Amino acid sequence: MAVLPAQFASLEPFAEWALPSEFDRYGKRIESSMEDMQAFYDAAMPALESGTEYLKGVALDGISEEDRNLVWLFCSLVTVSFPIEAWRQARVPDSGASSIDVVVEPGP
Amino acid sequence: MPHFTKPESGSWTEHFGLATEPVNYDDSISPEFYALEQEAVFKKTWLNVGRVEQLPKNGSFFTKELDGAKTSVIVVRNKDGELRAYHNMCRHRGNKLVWNDYPREETAGMCRQFTCKYHGWRYDLDGKLTFVQQESEFFNLDKADYGLKNVLVDEWQGFVFVNFDPDAAPLKEYMGALGAGLEGYPFGQLTQKHTYRAEIGSNWKLFIDAFMEFYHAPVLHSKQSVSEEARKLQGVGYEALAYDIDGPHAMVSSWGGMSPPKDLSMVKPIERVLRSGLFGPWEGPDLGELPEGINPARHPAWGIDSFLFFPNFMLLIWKPGWYLTYHYWPTSYNTHIFECSLYFEPPKNAFERIQQEMAVVTFKEFGLQDGNTLEATQTMIESGAVTEFPLCDQEVMLRHLHKVVRGYVAEHSAAQTQGHPTAAPTPVSAAS
Repeated sequence: MAVLPAQFASLEPFAEWALPSEFDRYGKRIESSMEDMQAFYDAAMPALESGTEYLKGVALDGISEEDRNLVWLFCSLVTVSFPIEAWRQARVPDSGASSIDVVVEPGP
Repeated sequence: MPHFTKPESGSWTEHFGLATEPVNYDDSISPEFYALEQEAVFKKTWLNVGRVEQLPKNGSFFTKELDGAKTSVIVVRNKDGELRAYHNMCRHRGNKLVWNDYPREETAGMCRQFTCKYHGWRYDLDGKLTFVQQESEFFNLDKADYGLKNVLVDEWQGFVFVNFDPDAAPLKEYMGALGAGLEGYPFGQLTQKHTYRAEIGSNWKLFIDAFMEFYHAPVLHSKQSVSEEARKLQGVGYEALAYDIDGPHAMVSSWGGMSPPKDLSMVKPIERVLRSGLFGPWEGPDLGELPEGINPARHPAWGIDSFLFFPNFMLLIWKPGWYLTYHYWPTSYNTHIFECSLYFEPPKNAFERIQQEMAVVTFKEFGLQDGNTLEATQTMIESGAVTEFPLCDQEVMLRHLHKVVRGYVAEHSAAQTQGHPTAAPTPVSAAS
């Protein structure tokens, strides 16, 4: 069953990235291989670029379930962009065991 | 050759009358000094514990764990809508009054009264003891004598502060000229909040040091820029637009060429698509004319001002219309809890929400690098192998912070010695 708006159907295989908390998005990044993140990034970046106008038309008040999932998926793209574009690894270099955890975050 | 004008005395450090000698960090490596800081600093200064948005209604409350002041506080809005703060402690046998499941964890909510979990004693929102279980079993107990222990509480620009010194000067006075220069900034309009928390293996002052100088930024964070830009940044290094010091408080004003960048190839692909990054969404909300304390050099390349309100409250105002706060809550001489809250205007659509996420996540990536570096610093300073460290002019705020802390401790110790001549505290070197 589709969880994303119809025009983003190409991202359905990556629907598991539609996670509502930054804590979980970061956790999934740490557990993912670079190959899996690259595949997600390669699919989601062009969709974000071509979907920008659509997203600007989505009001947050009364947002639909599908649009909400789309916001979370693109928030995961943000999380994944750092390993792909900057670090070449899932973790922040030299961050060792340190963690900074979200304790308050807004909905979409 | 400086890129930005320095004061006539030739350096910021000398301009503010600070010494230029290497400093030592013996104020950051001993349990004894931390014990003095608890008394002299955290029990004597205004501590920012939250914002009024956390107390939206009469009866709204939150608790705050403050090891620095060796206590926990309840902050509440009473039935008349006024702020009140109390030591979070039942007057019967000292149980912590408000907590859920884990006594050391903070909590928040709404209530009409506080009821102790232990023996059911109840207090109204003004701290008055209103009910004692089996009251007749007690001996001459007058409930009027057993109200909650008050803590001073006040508000500045929507920020809620407490102070454990009943004789403290008013908050507005304490905030001084740097605080006055920020009054009128639309803090209350920027209510979309993300908060992060980390346990850091360093003295609380060392993390403030890290965030009060940007000398480290072109090096430690070089991989966050595209490689050509990173090389350029390292070549140029870092210079602030301006520094200012007023009493125990200080600020640094900095440029910010990345919002939006002059050349799109300077930034990462995700930043180009989202038009957002470390400095936030490039096209932020128009907040109108900013108060005069912001961008004091009136420089067109201005990007961010970082204020430290002593002892542990940092306020960062970003050019693209948002702000963030840092707090450093000591839990021992070599550990502290770091909190960061980012505040944006509530996003108008889904794209703006994702743009804000970009700023939030970028902060976190930077923070993870900074936090781990600190643990590396703390362990080596504790080795004592080297005790003198040269600070450059771009590290003037660090020099000031450590001097101020030593000053508070020395003053407190002197007062203690006068009051109790037999109990001389550990001597503290007063070098800056």
